[in-house]
Amino acid sequence: MSFLSYLITGLSLGSVYAIIALGYTMVYGIAKMLNFAHGDVIMVGAYVSFLAIGKYDTPALVACLLSVFACTILGVLIERLAYKPLRSAPSLAVLITAIGVSYFLQNSAQLLWGTDTKVFPAMLGTNQLVLFNGELMISYVTIATIVACIIIMTVLTLFINKTKIGKAMRACSEDKGAAQLMGINVDNTISITFAIGSGLAAIASVLLCTAYPALNPTLGSMPGIKAFTAAVFGGIGSIPGAFIGGLMLGILETFSIVYISSQLSDAIVFGVLIIVLLLRPTGLLGKKIRVKV
Amino acid sequence: MLLEIKNIDVFYGVIQAIKNVSFEVSEGEIVALIGSNGAGKTTIMHTISGLIRSKKGNIVFDGNDITKMPTHNIPRKGLIQVPEGRHVFTEMTVMENLEMGAYLRNDKAEIEKDLENIFKRFPRLQERKTQLAGTLSGGEQQMLAMGRAMMSKPKLLLLDEPSMGLSPILVNEIFDIIKTINKEDGVTILLVEQNANKALQIADHAYVLETGSITTSGKAIDVANDPKVKEAYLG
Repeated sequence: MSFLSYLITGLSLGSVYAIIALGYTMVYGIAKMLNFAHGDVIMVGAYVSFLAIGKYDTPALVACLLSVFACTILGVLIERLAYKPLRSAPSLAVLITAIGVSYFLQNSAQLLWGTDTKVFPAMLGTNQLVLFNGELMISYVTIATIVACIIIMTVLTLFINKTKIGKAMRACSEDKGAAQLMGINVDNTISITFAIGSGLAAIASVLLCTAYPALNPTLGSMPGIKAFTAAVFGGIGSIPGAFIGGLMLGILETFSIVYISSQLSDAIVFGVLIIVLLLRPTGLLGKKIRVKV
Repeated sequence: MLLEIKNIDVFYGVIQAIKNVSFEVSEGEIVALIGSNGAGKTTIMHTISGLIRSKKGNIVFDGNDITKMPTHNIPRKGLIQVPEGRHVFTEMTVMENLEMGAYLRNDKAEIEKDLENIFKRFPRLQERKTQLAGTLSGGEQQMLAMGRAMMSKPKLLLLDEPSMGLSPILVNEIFDIIKTINKEDGVTILLVEQNANKALQIADHAYVLETGSITTSGKAIDVANDPKVKEAYLG
């Protein structure tokens, strides 16, 4: 029974990674850049909901929505101010800028909210679902996280495949020139992508901080790197890839902690990433990159 | 005049690709732009579509100066390009590609009618409408690229090397469709071709481009009979 419990914990952690990984993978798919500031958007989202609940006593749902709103705006602002001017610059310049934005956000958070670790309030309660006469206990937060991830994946997949904007995003991701020739505004499409990715980061921040309630200005770094790993693992640019990559990473990490060693778990996770990339350089579901002459 | 190109200069870095080029396309015509590889034909097409900007000169389409208009707003005016190499969205279905052509339109009933017309012109697209565009043959991709552009309900269609890489039978088929689009759907066409023979057969007017400048121009039939053009392009 403990195996099942670990599996569910892993799925829940993986769901958070998957939601964050969506932001990396969608932005990469369209803007062909790695937004290393994505993890720090999570941190800002966490502080926004923390302040909303702690200082102004807003209901949990309102705090969550506020956080989504703030992160969406932040994401679009980052894109417009930092990345858009570099649209035709070498990718290395964009990458370094992304790292710069990441540090900028972390340092701003230190200035604004201090460096001490704060305790995130239990937004979704601490109740547990008790099954099999108490042999299996699952917290409602865990269930909510997995459900949220499934809903987000479903809605996003429908959005990308069925709506006009979603299709325009796919068109831009494949061929920006042809998309422009069809009248698609590529800059706006990229902004929408950043907005969606950052809004999802806010949802992830609430789920993450409910499960691990320690709040500090660098809290986004590790989940950010892990989710990035998940996106690469699943095949960067692929939405189902981010989902599968996230879940696998979460399960792998949890199992490594409980069955092998909690200190080695990160090493194991990244070790598996290296092996996957050696065997399948484009990730599990990644497309082969065809270089045309 | 539907399209007027006035004295444009286009540079790639310090290299001048287009030198003081002017030409016109009047409504209802097929105008051919011929020239050898590297003469600057595609550069001109991209400059008209706004993918490349001219350093000097003006482009006026249907009374609007589009020289500095954002690329994505140009199709709204009724000018659309079928780029060289087709550039269909290979990861999307045939139907989705056609929908992207109608991206700027909201008139559902009209879109439906145009779709029917396009399927009439390109029956093979209807057969393959749920297939991914990447699985189509070269000729079918060319048809899709043209059908996609037609979905924007253009006044002027820029066709960049529509016959490139196609078998002779398909080349004839594509040229027949171009004529039909022009005559029956009333779409004006600016055609860039290396296959000068074919292009001059269907065109009303023609321009010959050599290393960034227009050297010969006139009625297509006169250009085809020009001894210099005959020697250089018609073999």
